[in-house]
Amino acid sequence: MRELVCIVCPRGCHMKVDDEWNVTGNTCPRGAEYARAELTHPTRVLTSTVRLEGGRYPRCPVKTAAPVPKELLPRVMAALDEVTLRAPVHVGQTVLEDVCGTGVAVVATRELTA
Amino acid sequence: MYDLIVVGGGPAGLAAACSAWDSGLRSILIVERDRELGGILNQCIHNGFGLTYFKEELTGPEYAHRFVELLSKTGVEVRTDTMVLEITGDLRIHMTGPETGYRVEEARSVILAMGCRERTRGAIGIPGYRPAGVFTAGAAQRYVNVEGWLPGKRVVILGSGDIGLIMARRMTLEGAKVLACVEVMPYSGGLTRNIVQCLEDYDIPLYLSHTVTDIRGRDRVEQVVVSEVDERRRPIPGTEMVFDCDTLLLSVGLIPENELTQSAGIRIDPRTKGPEVFENMETSLPGVFSCGNVTHVHDLVDFVTQESQRAGAAAAKYVLNGPAAGESIALRNGNGVSYTVPQRVRPENVEKVFNVFFRVNRIFGPSRIVVSAGERELCRFKRDRLAPGEMENITVPVKLLEGVAGEITVSVKEA
Repeated sequence: MRELVCIVCPRGCHMKVDDEWNVTGNTCPRGAEYARAELTHPTRVLTSTVRLEGGRYPRCPVKTAAPVPKELLPRVMAALDEVTLRAPVHVGQTVLEDVCGTGVAVVATRELTA
Repeated sequence: MYDLIVVGGGPAGLAAACSAWDSGLRSILIVERDRELGGILNQCIHNGFGLTYFKEELTGPEYAHRFVELLSKTGVEVRTDTMVLEITGDLRIHMTGPETGYRVEEARSVILAMGCRERTRGAIGIPGYRPAGVFTAGAAQRYVNVEGWLPGKRVVILGSGDIGLIMARRMTLEGAKVLACVEVMPYSGGLTRNIVQCLEDYDIPLYLSHTVTDIRGRDRVEQVVVSEVDERRRPIPGTEMVFDCDTLLLSVGLIPENELTQSAGIRIDPRTKGPEVFENMETSLPGVFSCGNVTHVHDLVDFVTQESQRAGAAAAKYVLNGPAAGESIALRNGNGVSYTVPQRVRPENVEKVFNVFFRVNRIFGPSRIVVSAGERELCRFKRDRLAPGEMENITVPVKLLEGVAGEITVSVKEA
């Protein structure tokens, strides 16, 4: 039996997972899905910033377009350190394809005009 | 003369203006002191916004962008880089900005959406030197996420509010070492999910019932002393822990920013430190509405949006159909409740149901929220857990208020 707090939404359900992977305490199916994933291969969406040139600010916020394996987060951060964007940047614009071989893209999350 | 002037272009002001437009107003002005719309969302680059409202997980800038896009499809006028200096009781809005200079605009209705600001070191009176390296968590967030500066390398965080927790993770990802998160209360002030994904994910210890009792270092923070506190929050001698660090971040609460509200003579609720509002977010001054963090500090922007849409629709109704009518019923704090929004309800002005937001003053296990009039229970709501860091929201059918006069009470009873 393992206990964990759901991080899928702000409700923060306190869940229990038994040895047969039955999840209790969740209020939605996404909680059960998260609990099983968390105990087998935990993943997170990473949000950070990259360098921006020619814009109003020197940084552009970005995120991984999908969750990536938690243990890869430091490597994704290092990969982002190599990126420099040029304004204008649009929300959803791809910043990096297939980051660290995860198959997941990194995308911009803010409109930044030149 | 505008039909509506919205003071503040953050999430509250944006949602309120869009909703007022959709409700039929055609002469609307948003006044925003920053250079861009979006408010604090622009520096909140983490995700988790919009799960309730958009049913998807957005970052702060993305959430703001959705509303800026909606706004661009309306004819709402926007003045950025413009600061409102005063709102008078007859709804004249004094403002100044580099493009327009000093202007006084008249409005038929006003929406207050100025948001809140962080409590600082001065507000909590930490003893010790005044070196560089003490920041509010939100200031550090702006440095890291927008300006591109890392404010320190070894960090202690005082307060476990959500911004502090988010910054613990953010500073760690950017290469700083976060030594501890220290909380004076016996429970966290932030969302449980943030304890998990910001502290536990990165093995950052959380010290509950502890506080900072000394800051050492003359020019720059060199050490921070942390002590355990007793049940009356007094430091216990002999429990001191010394952390070698160069930075102290403060996440010790948010205060609604109501100088303009006060200048207009609008009644402030000492519990929320925001204006007292009716069911439609109207303040004690007819035609002036208030929404978002200037009214009461929210945990989730989704609820700011919903509240602000009600304010926008109500402002439109006020301008197009005239003032709301009817006697009002006051909402009182019962056991375990530290405030309610709204503070007053006018049953005649409610179609079917009204929402009540509130916070509890301690942690409750399985319990029921009870709305009562005198000895008579009107309705009850079951909850598995209630915590001060998580705002509660109940929906009350207005027909239950038939025959009720004076006041109703919202209280929590443990099962």
